[in-house]
Amino acid sequence: MSSLAVKASEACTHCGLPVPEEWMREPSGPNFCCAGCRAVYQAIHANGLEHYYEIRDAGAPTVGLSEVDAYDELDDEKFLDLYCSPDPTGAVRTRFHVEGLHCPACVWLLERAARNLPGVRDVRVDFGRSRLRVIWRPDEIAISEVARRFARLGYPVRPYKSSEQAAQVNREDRRMLVRIGVSGAVAGNVCLLAIALYSGAFQGIARDHENLFRWASLILSIPAVWFGGGVFFRGAWRGLLARTLPMDLPISLGISVGFLGGAYHTVRGFGDIYFDSVTALIFLLLIGRFLQRRQYRRALEAVEVLASVTPRRAKRVEANGVRVVLVESLAVGDEVEVGAGDVIPADGELCSGESHIDLSLLTGEARPVRVAEGAELLAGSTNLSSRFRMSVRATGDDTRIGRLLHLAQDQVRSPVVQLADRLAGWFVAVVLFLGVVTFALWSRFDPSRALDHTLALLVVSCPCALGLATPLAVAAALGKAARRGILIRSADLLDRLLEPGVVWFDKTGTLTESGLVLHAWLGADSTRERLAAVERQSQHPIAGALCRGVEGRSCAESVIETPGRGIRGVVGGVEVAAGKAAFVEEATGSDLPREWSEHVQAFLARGWSPVVVAEDGVVVAVAALGSPLRAGARSVIRDLKSRGWEVGILSGDAQGVVTRLGEALGISPDRCLGDVTPEQKLVQVRSEIESRPVVMIGDGVNDAAALAAASVGIAVQGGAEASLLSADAYLVEADIHGVLEAMDGARRAHRVIRKNVLFSVAYNFVGASLAMAGVLGPLSAAVLMPISSLIVITHSFRAHTFDPERNIAASPEESPRSRLAVGSLS
Amino acid sequence: MSVLFILVPVSLLLAGGAVAVFVWSAARGQFEDLDTPPLRMLHDDEGLPQTRCIGGVDDVPSDSTQIKHSPE
Repeated sequence: MSSLAVKASEACTHCGLPVPEEWMREPSGPNFCCAGCRAVYQAIHANGLEHYYEIRDAGAPTVGLSEVDAYDELDDEKFLDLYCSPDPTGAVRTRFHVEGLHCPACVWLLERAARNLPGVRDVRVDFGRSRLRVIWRPDEIAISEVARRFARLGYPVRPYKSSEQAAQVNREDRRMLVRIGVSGAVAGNVCLLAIALYSGAFQGIARDHENLFRWASLILSIPAVWFGGGVFFRGAWRGLLARTLPMDLPISLGISVGFLGGAYHTVRGFGDIYFDSVTALIFLLLIGRFLQRRQYRRALEAVEVLASVTPRRAKRVEANGVRVVLVESLAVGDEVEVGAGDVIPADGELCSGESHIDLSLLTGEARPVRVAEGAELLAGSTNLSSRFRMSVRATGDDTRIGRLLHLAQDQVRSPVVQLADRLAGWFVAVVLFLGVVTFALWSRFDPSRALDHTLALLVVSCPCALGLATPLAVAAALGKAARRGILIRSADLLDRLLEPGVVWFDKTGTLTESGLVLHAWLGADSTRERLAAVERQSQHPIAGALCRGVEGRSCAESVIETPGRGIRGVVGGVEVAAGKAAFVEEATGSDLPREWSEHVQAFLARGWSPVVVAEDGVVVAVAALGSPLRAGARSVIRDLKSRGWEVGILSGDAQGVVTRLGEALGISPDRCLGDVTPEQKLVQVRSEIESRPVVMIGDGVNDAAALAAASVGIAVQGGAEASLLSADAYLVEADIHGVLEAMDGARRAHRVIRKNVLFSVAYNFVGASLAMAGVLGPLSAAVLMPISSLIVITHSFRAHTFDPERNIAASPEESPRSRLAVGSLS
Repeated sequence: MSVLFILVPVSLLLAGGAVAVFVWSAARGQFEDLDTPPLRMLHDDEGLPQTRCIGGVDDVPSDSTQIKHSPE
């Protein structure tokens, strides 16, 4: 008796949006949603570029009209201070994040589109990172005009600021690149000279030539050791100051011993020189470090851009009308207009109008809250139904949302010592001990060779492979994770996800979607159509959920809405009343029949909101609305439990709702905490973090502090951008399966690291033994060193850490909706 | 006196020149975006003014003087 099937409509051939009925041609041929898409399609075909539709991976970007008009706030005076940096020529530079950039043609189009505007000096696209830089003159053109031009072409742009931290990382990156370049050039040249020396050792070489090559190697090595190796010396020194034995210590030791030994032998005129090994070592290790840094940087940047994109706008009421301004230029006492669908820009008080607002981002409360004159409003919540005006009480950092984000920034956690660093401590101790033993033993038997053999030992056991083992495996894993939609931006997340502990989920937006949907419908289809006709006239969020997916052209007359209770109207001669049970009882003039009230109770018990529908004074249907579970929530929680994690819910939503959701998901009731404030979430996470790892998964600003304090904080797509900055990882897709993938990936990455470390320790052990025995000469050491590193490099990049082909198949999801359809409805 | 005594220093000087060019370009951020320039190369020139600034989109010019507001 229920039919929830949404009639599948034809998708636009160009952009993929549904095709309106009046635009439908034949079902098999190309269909379009608007004249614009048809024009673009025809243009592409006229130029013989149909291949575009085969190779593209998503529908073409669409431009809403609202997008085109949405840039007025960029002309605010504050924009120049906040988003622009001066250019030496007197113009300013502004950076934008571009959506819909997907092919070389887009680069071409964007770079040319705005160049002929007066006042625009230069437009440059960074394709890989979806960015755009415009150099323009504020006195010649309004930047909103430039932004609008991009948007009209189908590329909505958003200005963003990059933080001082990102600029710093950028500068360090360049310095690192220079180091690699210098060390690489040195290593190459020193190796060439070494080849001459090695062949000279076999075939004979003139004394002065040999000296020339040795001195040239020594001089060449100086910049590599001093400039390139400086990274390791500084790292070792910092570690020693912190009273640890860091990975950098054996590396620095190897480099300096090899270099000084080689220099001593060069000056003396005989003995082995190790410059080729030393410079190649520095070069390889720097590359390892650089790759790891670059992966972190990419993730950091992606998240930063997401978080800083969109200058939030506000409509300020001024003497001569409403003006769109940047949120940053709002002041206490300003009057602001908030339209339906807008985000409330500042804390304040509603001064005229009434509406429903969605507070889920701030409090976790899933249901819309009704607000009327005098109500307190919080920045960051969304106005759902109708326009109102408010007076500003607090802006920026003084708002509730600003304070919550500050709370998140103040969280610091103890660093985790990585496996390689733990091993390094032992490694240093063992190598130093062996060095002393070698020197002592050889001094007794053959004092003239004691120094040579000790040097050989120290150089051969220089932890080149060990130093590469972790950075490379981590870099490879992070790169693969990013391709799977998991942006990891915290250095030690992989280490923290190994041991099972507690996982806390936020409810709204994480386990459930944030909007309302119809979960169940008990009644005839014709009633549903009539109800939709009435609800279509209402702005209430529940009405939207009731109309969704219902076709019908019938029109409702004399609709009267009683805010917060229900709605009534006449459709095709039938009088329809719908709303809370009490409202319908009033409308029908009698109590709810027992069978219907049982259904209402059953829905309430599930945590859903029932809507009772009466036609001509008789109750004929009950609808149940609620937030739908996110796809895969059930299987993710089951899998987490089977891996030994304890799972709980921390939500700002009502305790009853949380408990029932927990029941449905199989979470024990004492771990379902409702009515929790953001501060209490933080306290809860802190209370457990001492004893075991705590993973927090959330999406809203109300989770930000807890995300930052947890051992691992994972932000889910779809929430507030602001919460991203406090999380260690960010799931690009709105699918919490990413949590499991991150855990699996972490385990696999850890296994790769362990194998790498094991191999390099074994290599070092063999090498050291041979060197101590005096068997290993400089030539074999020089061959062994790069081979061991190559093995580690290959292993790291070939390992399946986050590979798509090893994707965990999502188990068939039993959603409450389908279960109910099978159970109580049939 | 072998020719090596001249050629080795000369080759090292050449290598030094290459390193200097690399340092110069790395410092100007030319290795920041490795995806777009190969695409840009394919675009036909239409006599448009050449891009003056090279380097990354995220470049911050070294002299950060205050921005002058346009006369309102």
